[in-house]
Amino acid sequence: MRAYKPKDDVQKKSYYNDRFYITPTLARSSIYADSVLAQDVSSLSNVVEVVESYIEMEHLVIIINHEDNVKAIKHLKEIRAYDFMVELTAVDYIAAKGGFEIVYEMLSTSKHKRIRVKAFLKQGLAIETVEPLFRMADWSEREMYDMYGVVANNHPNMKRILMPDDWIDHPLLKSYPLEGDEAASWYEVDKIFGVEAREIVGPELRDAACVDRYDTERFSRLGHEVTKGTDITENEPDTPIRYQEEGGVQLFGKKLVTPFDEIETTYLKERR
Amino acid sequence: MAQHKVNYLADGGTPVVLTTVDKIVNFGRSNSLWPMTYGLACCAIEMMATGGSRFDFDRFGTIFRASPRQSDVIVVAGTLTKKHAEFMRRLYDQMPDPKWVISMGSCANTGGMFNTYATVQGVDRVIPVDIYLPGCAPRPETLQYALMMLQQKIRREPAGMAQRAKRLI
Repeated sequence: MRAYKPKDDVQKKSYYNDRFYITPTLARSSIYADSVLAQDVSSLSNVVEVVESYIEMEHLVIIINHEDNVKAIKHLKEIRAYDFMVELTAVDYIAAKGGFEIVYEMLSTSKHKRIRVKAFLKQGLAIETVEPLFRMADWSEREMYDMYGVVANNHPNMKRILMPDDWIDHPLLKSYPLEGDEAASWYEVDKIFGVEAREIVGPELRDAACVDRYDTERFSRLGHEVTKGTDITENEPDTPIRYQEEGGVQLFGKKLVTPFDEIETTYLKERR
Repeated sequence: MAQHKVNYLADGGTPVVLTTVDKIVNFGRSNSLWPMTYGLACCAIEMMATGGSRFDFDRFGTIFRASPRQSDVIVVAGTLTKKHAEFMRRLYDQMPDPKWVISMGSCANTGGMFNTYATVQGVDRVIPVDIYLPGCAPRPETLQYALMMLQQKIRREPAGMAQRAKRLI
């Protein structure tokens, strides 16, 4: 028998979900499946505490404490020859775990191995910068700060990289609305015209397909032009589109361009 | 000395044209529209193609200028982000009157597919637009057509009209 679930709010929920859906997970194998990676882990565990380690899609994944990040990455770079930092970012787990997962992706160009170092960081704490070890961490940590609000301590230039400096909040947080909060939706109006212009410009129109065909105040449709502000809800007049070239262009009494005339046109017998 | 060989009495009559100030001013304005060299995204590629030899904007008297102070049209070609909006407004303000705006492509018209926090939902929130050109991205022919429509618009209105302050604050 299936377990009983309360059905009081069943209509408020999503009307369809697949009962048999299982979120696919990647297969994890032991670090001893690869002798090179196993050596890396044992070498690293002499320097810092390795909370967990496994191999996922030929990636070695190492989970460490966030205070040890510089020590661990320095060791991996200088002793274990992971000389390339591919990516540095954060993952928002605020709802589930109350913090961020900081992810460092590294590559060894001599050993042809990839490694992922993860560290959990509680919300409100800052992580130490790895910029002295890898120059790429400069921009990545700025992006991490810009998008998630995770500050890197001792970073040489800790400011936003993508969003404007006076932007409010960090857009890649799960709690951030896709269409932006109030400050975001009025950003350009507040910046250019000032807050008092909000009423004149009006709120953002989020439906890109919305066309008010009777709006003659702001638009005049091609072929249906009327005087500004005319009410055309009853009948829409057609105005013919005229081109300058129709009937030929006249300049100083002489026709520069003659209109096309089928009778007077001579056709070539063959292509020259 | 150059001998001028125009026979004024034949073929066109005397070289005297009677017209109105509006018509002659608009004749000049509409046939020498100089857009600003200003591209934002992929629409700018189509705009560059329109300026190139295959589609040849020059035959409309349209030559891209590298300064807002020498141009009278701005073709907003691409996605306008909120970070960039104030810079575009500043460029528009630097252009001398009379000036016109062609909003090129879906992103510039309405924000297009970028229904996000960081994109301006239509450049008409920032600058007044004369011609909205739909498409993603519009072909060079359609940009030429938009320019011809703008020329018609200029020829229709009185010459002093464009001097008047436009909508938007």
